Amino acid sequence: MSLKERFEIPSGFRMWSLGLIGVGVLSLIIGYILYGTGDDAHQARFWGVLLHNSIYFLLVTNAVMFFFCATTLALAGFQVSFKRVTEAISACVPVIGGITFVVLLFIIFGHKQMVYEWLDKGKVSRDAALTGKSGFLNPGFFMTWTVLAIGLWSILGYKMRSLSRKTDDHPLSVEEGKKFMFKNTVWASLFIIWYALTVAAVIPWLWLMSISAHWYSTLYSWYIFASTFVAGIALISIFVVYMKNQGYLEYTNKEHLHDLGKFQFAFSIFWTYLWFAQFMLIWYANISEETIYYKARAEGAYSGIFYLNLVINFLAPILIYMSTPSKRNYAVVTFMSVALLFGHWLDFYQIVFAGMLPDHVSMGLFDFGIAAGFVGVIIYQTGRVFSKFPTLAKNHPFFKESIIHYT
Amino acid sequence: MAIKRFVVGSFEEEPVLFRAVKKVRTAGYKLYDVFTPMPIHGLDKAMGLRETSIPTAGFIYGITGTTTALCGISYTLVYDWPLNIGGKPHFALPAWIPIMFELTVLFSAVGMVMTFCYLCQMAPFVRKHHFSPRSTDDRMVMVIECTEKTNEEELKTFLSQTGAEDVHVQNAETGWWLGSYSKNKKPFENPNTILA
Repeated sequence: MSLKERFEIPSGFRMWSLGLIGVGVLSLIIGYILYGTGDDAHQARFWGVLLHNSIYFLLVTNAVMFFFCATTLALAGFQVSFKRVTEAISACVPVIGGITFVVLLFIIFGHKQMVYEWLDKGKVSRDAALTGKSGFLNPGFFMTWTVLAIGLWSILGYKMRSLSRKTDDHPLSVEEGKKFMFKNTVWASLFIIWYALTVAAVIPWLWLMSISAHWYSTLYSWYIFASTFVAGIALISIFVVYMKNQGYLEYTNKEHLHDLGKFQFAFSIFWTYLWFAQFMLIWYANISEETIYYKARAEGAYSGIFYLNLVINFLAPILIYMSTPSKRNYAVVTFMSVALLFGHWLDFYQIVFAGMLPDHVSMGLFDFGIAAGFVGVIIYQTGRVFSKFPTLAKNHPFFKESIIHYT
Repeated sequence: MAIKRFVVGSFEEEPVLFRAVKKVRTAGYKLYDVFTPMPIHGLDKAMGLRETSIPTAGFIYGITGTTTALCGISYTLVYDWPLNIGGKPHFALPAWIPIMFELTVLFSAVGMVMTFCYLCQMAPFVRKHHFSPRSTDDRMVMVIECTEKTNEEELKTFLSQTGAEDVHVQNAETGWWLGSYSKNKKPFENPNTILA
């Protein structure tokens, strides 16, 4: 059997990705003309859309890198047959990270206090709660963590990818294989430690939770992590199915798809668990400082999105993904992956906007245009990186294990 | 239940067993079961067993648990004895979800274990025929059921050729029966019966 070891970017693939990027850029320009310079509500919409989309897609692609490192540490064999797809998607982190950094730079140093109320120095000094948090919520601390987080995600991710590509030249001997696994373990652990400190702790507090600066929730970062991890697995599944359709990834089959489906299913339940834990405790305790967070969401203008979010991200996966045949069906997995990516995008939408513009939902073409731009960036960058290196990591020590994988 | 006649052979190596299973099925013999000391991946597919319906049973048990919890709590807290707890509505669904979840898990777990035991015919004080005690130790034991058309001698030679050791014929009760392994040595009178 001859293997297609190089991905040649189909012309439609390139056209679509560039077209989507074009839509994104166009939306950005039109959005700036319409909302960028107006009053506070307009500017909140403009910067909110950029913040929502850039953070969401950055954390999703970064969750793909986390998936790669976690499976590497767990010595999981099944992911090796499609690991080049995982790596290619995670190569979007530096690109989208750069965009996010620029957006945050503008918001922080442009003093967009309609986004982060703690940027208003007068308000902070008058407000005891915000004064107390000012050691944490200030531009210097914020930007330091942002730079460190995006920088180290990119660098450690790059290291993991280059380690994997080094095996392509020649088959590894047993000694080299052991050395390779050891190096992989060390760098994957470093990534995971940094990931735990950032995504599972500080970064969601700074980037998202500080939009409602008075409110806090201790499991918030875990909630964000679960959301992006589900979406990340969904993204991997979509690309794996696409590459299968194009005739690549000959050794990836329904067994691997089944595992990705299981991951989506399990982490959808995990997401719901955190969603519910956060909601139920606040609902039960009924303290006004905390319930204010759910005022706009569960009962106000955002209640439609809030409950739709639960339907897409919990009811749909639990009912559709429960049976084994559906997790092994390419069409069902594609459908559910797209649904989950959109569902968690909606989740982030209400996280960002219900804090900033609680009175009415302003979702419109601008939001979808910017989202399309980011999707275009992901498609373009993933395709570009995937085409540069062999599609199969043939010399990986677990490659055979991955081929004979059976669930 | 009924006493049937079986040809039994044991295998030492997994690949030999897989090839033998394939040969037995293509030759058209009636494969009764294969008993192995450990789970063997892919053997169910090789034997052509249908997908298990335990998950479906589990789903039904789970739904039963959810409904039981919802009905029980709403009956006690809404209709039978409504109490004002922290000013919450009587029908306080978020507070009940943990309990509904627990009962779902409890019902589906216990139900699935019991269904599994029933399907495998395992229960306390119940006895089932063992074709070979080594199937719990170091041999994979293949059992082929004899029908009236089966030529036993031919089948025995055939099985030995596929790599089976210790090929022999047994008469055995297929179902389960009440009794204990220590006392009940002769559950039915049949001179041909070989007990484990």
